[in-house]
Amino acid sequence: MTVLDSPPITAASKIFNFPRNAWYVAAWDHEVTAKQPLARTIADRPLALWRNSDGRAVAMADACWHRLAPLSKGKVLGDEIQCPYHGLRYNSAGRCTSMPAQETINPSAIVPSYPVVERYRYVWVWVGDPDLADPSSVPDMHQMDSPEWAGDGETIYAPCNYQLVLDNLMDLTHEEFVHSSSIGQDELSEAEFEVSHSDREVTVTRWMRDIDAPPFWLKNMRDKFPGFSGKVDRWQIIHFEAPSTIRIDVGVAKAGTGAPEGDRSQGVNGFVMNTITPETARTSHYFWAFMRNYRLESQTITTQLRQGVHGVFGEDEDMLAAQQRAIDANPEHEFYSLNIDAGGMWVRRILDRMLQAEGLPAAAAAK
Amino acid sequence: MAVNTQTWWQQGRVLETDDPAEGVRRVVLAPDRPVHAAPGTHVDLRLDLSGHVRKRSYSIVRSEDGGRRLTLGVQLAPTSRGGSRHMHGLEAGDVVEMTGPVQSFPLGVGADRYVLVAGGIGITALVAMADTLRRRGADYTLVLAGRRRAVMAYLDELVDTHGDRVRVFVDDEDVRLDVETLVGEIAGSSAAARTEMYMCGPIRLMDAIRRAWVAHELPEPNLRFETFGSSGGWAAEDFVVHLPQLDRSVRVGKDSSMLDALEDAGVDVMWDCRKGECGICQVKVLDVSGRIDHRDVFLSQQQKETYASLCLCVARAARGEPGPSSAEPAAVTLHLP
Repeated sequence: MTVLDSPPITAASKIFNFPRNAWYVAAWDHEVTAKQPLARTIADRPLALWRNSDGRAVAMADACWHRLAPLSKGKVLGDEIQCPYHGLRYNSAGRCTSMPAQETINPSAIVPSYPVVERYRYVWVWVGDPDLADPSSVPDMHQMDSPEWAGDGETIYAPCNYQLVLDNLMDLTHEEFVHSSSIGQDELSEAEFEVSHSDREVTVTRWMRDIDAPPFWLKNMRDKFPGFSGKVDRWQIIHFEAPSTIRIDVGVAKAGTGAPEGDRSQGVNGFVMNTITPETARTSHYFWAFMRNYRLESQTITTQLRQGVHGVFGEDEDMLAAQQRAIDANPEHEFYSLNIDAGGMWVRRILDRMLQAEGLPAAAAAK
Repeated sequence: MAVNTQTWWQQGRVLETDDPAEGVRRVVLAPDRPVHAAPGTHVDLRLDLSGHVRKRSYSIVRSEDGGRRLTLGVQLAPTSRGGSRHMHGLEAGDVVEMTGPVQSFPLGVGADRYVLVAGGIGITALVAMADTLRRRGADYTLVLAGRRRAVMAYLDELVDTHGDRVRVFVDDEDVRLDVETLVGEIAGSSAAARTEMYMCGPIRLMDAIRRAWVAHELPEPNLRFETFGSSGGWAAEDFVVHLPQLDRSVRVGKDSSMLDALEDAGVDVMWDCRKGECGICQVKVLDVSGRIDHRDVFLSQQQKETYASLCLCVARAARGEPGPSSAEPAAVTLHLP
């Protein structure tokens, strides 16, 4: 286990620690196969991910009990994984089933196997206390595999602390500056927003009424309403669910047709699905998708949206990497907050309380 | 499951001691670097036994307050290798050298049914598992077997806590544990292949269960056990080791292991686990006067019966039959190139 030092706890720790008693996405479902184990580090734990003959996903520590050779370089043999070095085999519970050159199996021979849930096209892993792993606490991402929604996504390997990604998504004012050619517009920083929270969720709501649709949204409106032009009402409703899932309900509707009051029939609606898995204190797996509830039949639109968001998120990736470098280059400087950070600060407080419950400090160890 | 297999040393202060059963001492330790101890973990203690520093392993019965209070249960064994006598001499305020919790007997997650089998003092490894299974709402049975009620630690407490999930077998009340019935019942149930058994106790009991488990074709990885190599087929007695290549003979006292005695005599031998699991200290046997009491779990039953080799860390020689005290001690001749 990582040894963490305990600097004074502030809500705005720059290198935010991560809870272990939580479900994190380890992989897209299609990445985990019975053909070849997948190596991936989740919350500081190197894992070997594979499927047994029932098709069940397995997450095991990526180190053989014997001499710690990575099991991810080994073979999947039915219900067992075989170490590439000396051929020790383990079942999905991590128990050794075969040892070379002896007639018995050492009773201590075991590799940690972590609770896994497959849901919403993702493989979720719990690296904390297995007795607390309740599948009903997997964050809601139901749009991912609902017949009422269509879309796809990708994974960004983000060279930054996971909390920087959460900050980025909890305040979309940055779109005006980072994404000026696609979804940014002046009204973003002019519009008011409202923040609400519970003990594991935070919601930030922002409406911009009677504005011009930025290029990304104008294209989407024309997919549904060919030839559309005119003003729109635009919304961004950001839903955070602990520890690190953010779904953003986004869209535009023809101005004045009642979208803010609940009638979105004259608009287009998407959900930006984001779930961020800390790899280490300074690196993250950022799984995203863009789901829409119109023109479900069109693979062309699915591909266009995925490529479009890929371009937008590439701009975020550059900013986040640069921000992490600047943080590391200025260790003596603290974070300050702006009014726009309210959502992100509620996220930090929720995470801080989860960390306290686990007896962990809010700040991860210095590099 | 989290598995701590790293050994790091710290100091522990004895907070309190008492006797929960005849011949069993409860020792509560406050480690100076507390870490919560998961079910199945043990600590190693460095004990000074008549001038020799020895490492002894003790299961953690309970971990409270985030590992700030660790409870051990130690049986005073007349046949022990000296550790238990030392442990029974501890008093509140004493300081011991100890490791953090070491995990080599982790409780799994997700089995349909769990059967915990404790023989005698082996219960110390299973108390925390039973508590965890109860908290989880798992389907479990706790089997307690002992010679007499008075020596069975935690018995009343466990019956209070776990109610009819506990099955008690006491030899001198003629309610004996029948291994064939126990394992046969598991094999005949619909959850047979998804039942995990965790056992800790005398090696004869564990060997019998292992044989029955294999005979009933239950999945071997589902049978989990822990042994610290401290029990055998015969009571420990003094014996002699002959080493013809070195032209030496070494006497092994009943308080000492063969490995300890050889090392004390300056014989350089290779070892690792020191509890009869890994087989690194396996050596060839050239001759035996008496019987070999193997006590390891590395050699198969068939290998043990041939007397071809033994594990130095736990194996002993025994005369086998109770003879007059003047009789020659048992002896074993080893090939030590």
